[in-house]
Amino acid sequence: MTRKPFRLPLGGRIDRSKRVGFSLDGRPMSGLHGDTLASALLANGVTLVGRSFKYHRPRGFLSAGIEEPNGLFTLGVGGRTEPNVAGTVIELIEGLSAQRQNGWPSVQFDLMSITSLVAPLLSAGFYYKTFMGPTRGAWMFYEPFIRRAAGLGRGVHERDPDRYETRHAFADVLIIGAGPAGLSAALAAGRAGARVVLAEKDSLLGGSLLLESATGPADGWLREIESELESMPNVEILRRTTALGLYDGGTVALVERREHRQPDPAQGEARQVVITLRARAIVFAAGATERPLVFANNDRPGVMLASAARSYLNRFAVACGKRAVVVTNNDSSYAAAFDLAQQGVAVVIADMRGAVDGALVAKAKAQTMELIVGTRVLDVLGGNAVKGVILAAAVSPAMAHSNAGFSREAALHTRRFDCDLVCMSGGWSPAVHLTSHGGIKPRYREDIAAFVPGGYAAGQFGAGAMTGSFTLQAAIDEGIEAGRLSASYSGHDRPALKPVPLSLELASGLAQEGYAIEPFWLSTQGRCAKAFVDFQNDVTVKDLTIAHQEGYTSVEHLKRYTTLGMGTDQGKTSNINALAIMAGLRGVEIPGAGTTTFRPPFTPVAIGALAGRTIGKHFRPMRCSPLHDWHLAHGGEMIEAGPWIRLWYYRWAGNTVESAYLQEMRLVRTAVGLTDVSTLGKIDIQGPDAAEFLNRVYVNGFAKLPVGKARYGVMLTDDGAVLDDGTTTRLSENRYFMTTTTAQAGEVMSWLEFLLETAWTDLKVHVASLTDEWAGMVVAGPKARLTLELALPGHDVSDAKLPFMGCIEIEADGVPLRLIRLSFSGELAYEIYVPADYGVALWTHMLACGAPLGIRPYGLEALASLRIEKGHVAGLELDHRNTLDDLGLAKMASKEKAFVGRELRQRAQLQAPERWSLVGIECLESGKRLRGGSILFSPADKIEGHGRGYITSVTWSIELEKFIALGLYQGGLKHTGEEILCSYPLKGEQVKARIVAPMFIDPGGERLRV
Amino acid sequence: MRITCPVCGERDFSEFRYGGDATKQRPVHGTTDRKVWHDYVFLFDNPKGPHREFWQHVLGCRQWLVLDRNTATNVTSASLLARKAINK
Amino acid sequence: MPNRYSAVSLARHALSGAPWPRVWRAREPKSTYDVVIIGGGGHGLATAYYLAANHGIKNVAVLERAYIGSGNVGRNTTLVRSNYVLDGNTQFFEFSMKLWEGLSHALNFNVMLSQRGQIVLAHGAAQVDVLARKGNIMRLNGIDAELLDRGDVMRLLPYLDYSAEARFPIWGGLLQRRAGTVRHDAVAWGYARAADSLGVDIIENCEVAGFVLDGRTVIGVDTKRGRISAGRTAIAVAGHSSHLAAMAGLRLPIESHLLQAFVSEPIKPFVDHVISFGAELFYISQSDKGGLVFGGHLDGFNSYTQRGQFPKVQSVAECAVALIPSISRLRLLRHWGGIQDMTPDGSPFICRTPVRNLYLDGGWCYQGFKATPAAGWCFAHTIAHDDEHPLSRCYGLDRFERGSELDDYGVGNWTYKQ
Repeated sequence: MTRKPFRLPLGGRIDRSKRVGFSLDGRPMSGLHGDTLASALLANGVTLVGRSFKYHRPRGFLSAGIEEPNGLFTLGVGGRTEPNVAGTVIELIEGLSAQRQNGWPSVQFDLMSITSLVAPLLSAGFYYKTFMGPTRGAWMFYEPFIRRAAGLGRGVHERDPDRYETRHAFADVLIIGAGPAGLSAALAAGRAGARVVLAEKDSLLGGSLLLESATGPADGWLREIESELESMPNVEILRRTTALGLYDGGTVALVERREHRQPDPAQGEARQVVITLRARAIVFAAGATERPLVFANNDRPGVMLASAARSYLNRFAVACGKRAVVVTNNDSSYAAAFDLAQQGVAVVIADMRGAVDGALVAKAKAQTMELIVGTRVLDVLGGNAVKGVILAAAVSPAMAHSNAGFSREAALHTRRFDCDLVCMSGGWSPAVHLTSHGGIKPRYREDIAAFVPGGYAAGQFGAGAMTGSFTLQAAIDEGIEAGRLSASYSGHDRPALKPVPLSLELASGLAQEGYAIEPFWLSTQGRCAKAFVDFQNDVTVKDLTIAHQEGYTSVEHLKRYTTLGMGTDQGKTSNINALAIMAGLRGVEIPGAGTTTFRPPFTPVAIGALAGRTIGKHFRPMRCSPLHDWHLAHGGEMIEAGPWIRLWYYRWAGNTVESAYLQEMRLVRTAVGLTDVSTLGKIDIQGPDAAEFLNRVYVNGFAKLPVGKARYGVMLTDDGAVLDDGTTTRLSENRYFMTTTTAQAGEVMSWLEFLLETAWTDLKVHVASLTDEWAGMVVAGPKARLTLELALPGHDVSDAKLPFMGCIEIEADGVPLRLIRLSFSGELAYEIYVPADYGVALWTHMLACGAPLGIRPYGLEALASLRIEKGHVAGLELDHRNTLDDLGLAKMASKEKAFVGRELRQRAQLQAPERWSLVGIECLESGKRLRGGSILFSPADKIEGHGRGYITSVTWSIELEKFIALGLYQGGLKHTGEEILCSYPLKGEQVKARIVAPMFIDPGGERLRV
Repeated sequence: MRITCPVCGERDFSEFRYGGDATKQRPVHGTTDRKVWHDYVFLFDNPKGPHREFWQHVLGCRQWLVLDRNTATNVTSASLLARKAINK
Repeated sequence: MPNRYSAVSLARHALSGAPWPRVWRAREPKSTYDVVIIGGGGHGLATAYYLAANHGIKNVAVLERAYIGSGNVGRNTTLVRSNYVLDGNTQFFEFSMKLWEGLSHALNFNVMLSQRGQIVLAHGAAQVDVLARKGNIMRLNGIDAELLDRGDVMRLLPYLDYSAEARFPIWGGLLQRRAGTVRHDAVAWGYARAADSLGVDIIENCEVAGFVLDGRTVIGVDTKRGRISAGRTAIAVAGHSSHLAAMAGLRLPIESHLLQAFVSEPIKPFVDHVISFGAELFYISQSDKGGLVFGGHLDGFNSYTQRGQFPKVQSVAECAVALIPSISRLRLLRHWGGIQDMTPDGSPFICRTPVRNLYLDGGWCYQGFKATPAAGWCFAHTIAHDDEHPLSRCYGLDRFERGSELDDYGVGNWTYKQ
């Protein structure tokens, strides 16, 4: 519904020389540089900006700021689609595309407004009372309709092309808000020598001063302060930067918006930057938000906050109407009335209070505007736009101070005023959100009918309207004091050299002396008229009444039952009114009614901005072996293994993992292969007590391990479960080299450090992580020793010099190598460690030297399968539940010495004979396969319940030519030779198998000792 | 939340790994009393208020520290190296 | 039940304007009850209801220190599922699922059970096998489960990241169609109303300051509103379990940790299922109000502050974008925290305690919400019979003495990893 354009010819902080083109619902429009989407729309006469959530009532802009509940738009197209953005904070930039929301087929002609007709049925919490039948699954029938009606804007499943950055910042003093208080604080703290960060969510500095005329004295003051702040090297000003939340330890999260720069992601330019800022001291100067009044049909387009009308007028040169009624319960909105009148708007002031300050009365008279005192708004006329208001012309003395609200019928005679703009002011609510995030609840002040911060953490201060000081002088004074105190707290005491301009004569209203509010929380009662408390979620006084009747009277219950305060505005214009009305219904004072919990973020923030650059492949760090690039360059296919990227299989062996791993296995069993084990945890352990230390952490004995020998070890956690297995080699009297599994390396390292530093501080042992320092590879197969002889000529690698479980350290071409002869695969094998920088050199050297023997590299899949054939436990067997006994390793537990986990390992259930323990399983049905995750049963069992065990790891055995597996089975190897059933109902499979010893090949270990 | 590491200075808590109640006395190695071990491993005071606890500076010096923190407010004290705190 | 809720009564009230009665009466505490339940959350209220409904024990008071449902039942991410692998867990949570399916009818309060399905994703072969074991166990216990391969997941959830840029590619998943979400507030209010209608006293603003002990037996509680004698006393206070247990001289296998939860701005339907990421603990669904509700793992240290740290906010946002790249431009509206009573094995307690006539329901980690009906049912049985219910016998305080841990995820004995 469009009317004549409302842009004033003069004034405002807009650049009339720069037109900005944008589109609304596909229709091209234009505004001026400096406009928000809201001001541009209002200038174009567009007042219908959306439809409300439940009743689909036509709505206009209520505010000019972040508290906007009605005017939400979907911006952008494609991957840049962004729903629910408040038009009042969107900076108008060229090409902006905006869509109104929640109307079908359009916001102007919305068929869904039919819900208004059934409104009585849709009162608060109606869905709890119905949708239950007729059958149990009824909700699943109704839910899709509810879901489609819910939500305001629409998200799209397309990739966001924009880029977001995160940043860490530090400051001596962080000042949140650049209104008069914040600017004064910044000046004082900056002059005192502190490193200051001043964060302002708006694109302009000034805060409440921006409500004043752009050419008045406020502007001069603002420019002087701003220029001094810009000149200080120790002051950083962040515009368009919203403080999202206050976190413990003086940490504040902020988001800086850069859309106005039209950032190009292809050039690495970010759309938004999330800043984690740690400040020694913080000044909160976040200002206050104006409250609506609650009266019938207070949601009509054209009914807005008085300060919003003033902002559109003075900042954007937009008169939101030609005939305005300003209805108020406090002094502050008179400034709006006077400013509107000065710009040619016909103004009537309806003051709810019984008496008004003489100076204001006189000024109103001087501007020939009608001032009605002691009145109430009973109704607003008009549908898609305001047409007029009905006022109670006079109120009986009994009702004069009543907060109960009364119906149209009960009012002493009424008057109708034609108007197209209603400016309402129910008072101001300090923005106590941030200070409350830390858990300090706000407290209520009767004198200003508002909540103020209940306190501050050490090093945190408040100033200005946020503390309930609503005069300009107080804001400046408090700002200076807070700036000084915060700078001093952070260690900076240099006194200011010249005084901050202390006073400021403003054209209208002066530095207001008082606020003089008389809160009237509720104007109208009555069955039919809708008096809105929460505009976005369509919560009316009637809903509050119902909630009260049903007992949902606590703040939390009220909120959740009515959904009040749960919209995108998080109750910025509704919470206090609701609280006060509920207190009235309950007959308690406001502080006794409780407070809402304030939670971050202060305003909604893009999830992508919080994620920053930690997306896609960078979602989590990639740990790569030193041989990573070599693998990729030589036909290697990689696979994720926790944070590591490991070599899975090579294409020389096959095109798919299924074919490749078999070839690689065959190679190792018949000739020789080389594999990369650099990811294994490696820990250096040194000291005269190192042997004792190892003896304590491992279940088996390590004190008598000879120099030059390695031993397989298992360590438990205190509760007796297996923590990790690995091999520890004694390199010298006091020096050991421990390997761990890849997955547990970090946990084991921290555990060893924990024991040494908190429990066994008398042990003289040092541990250091070598995982990233050394590359590791294994040469395995019958021809492994031959390969070493070719690769390391002149070094004795014979069985005598390097026996099974032996270790030698040599230097080859000046490069240190550590060779440990042990085997995971079951073949003759050697682990070779070399400093990481030489990893590739050694690897290629081994492959080159071993070429005549047929050596090729093999990967993780084959490695995992080889060890299954050998019956080594790994991965899925070590699941933090299994004990030594479960894994068939009970014999390793020393009887001579204490070790970590010894006692709790012996708890009754951990020793129970019916526990599931490690077995080998071979498939009895050719043509079928075994699967990991199968549940095992005895053939006589009913196939239901939890069975007797499950399969952990499976491979095709090239030697046995059948599928084999490791698993856990009730009673374990007692059942060797017995037939079992492997059930896999997810695929409808059942396979016959047999329990065997887990060592499928070379049980005598002859190949290892060759 | 910030933790002051005695080696590295004031750092963000996300550089550290929580290690549990530091007032729990680890049984002397070799203790055979299973109840003592059970209580040490499985039971917690879990106070709402002052708590003395272990943290490890895993993304820094890797030292284990002891510090006092109020679990109801997250106000933390200065920390000590664990081995120094134990020997006090 | 007087004042039955139904579409008809809704219409009647709307037309006549007659007020609805209070959902639960505001009661003054009596001086004595047969059973006193400390904790007016989901579990406490459910227990009171089942004591009355199943056991005819109606002389019951639920003492809540603030307002009912102000704890974890009002803060959680509303997921319900029964996909547990260990013997004991499988049956208990499926029992709960079945109770959910009849709950709106039983309580005459729409708890909005939405069985939209949950998919748990797998990002590697080993993870597929872990899910398969779980799914096979579910099927062998008569619980619905389907194993999905990558193509199946792509068809069901086309908006996840299947590109080459995905750090942890999706290999497949496990689907439980009957899993889904429930309106959490409705659970507290529904049980409160039903219990109240059976004669249970629900007393808010009644903090318990101590137990009245006769030797090693609890005979009552001291509250901010006076002393109340009790035949039997039950603790159902989640994160504050240790705090209360200490008043009876008990130390528990519980450490209270901080878990954060998140909600986006309300939007039209965007995600129709419950999706659990497999690369890291992260889960997301969309509430019927339109907000995307999601969360990740604990902040990592014990805390009663009910507010989380910012690095975790970013970490959870990273998971969200990794899982659903198109979520990037949608906005986080609010995040909050709760106190989770973590245990060394991730499983709870529904049992008697070493103190006579004192019973414990706690240690729920972050799984308490889906267990609410079964926990209430079994806990009521435990209190009524002074003996554990067969389905919850595995959840004893003494299981750590015996070595009967139930570590369903297999993460090991660290409270902050469970």
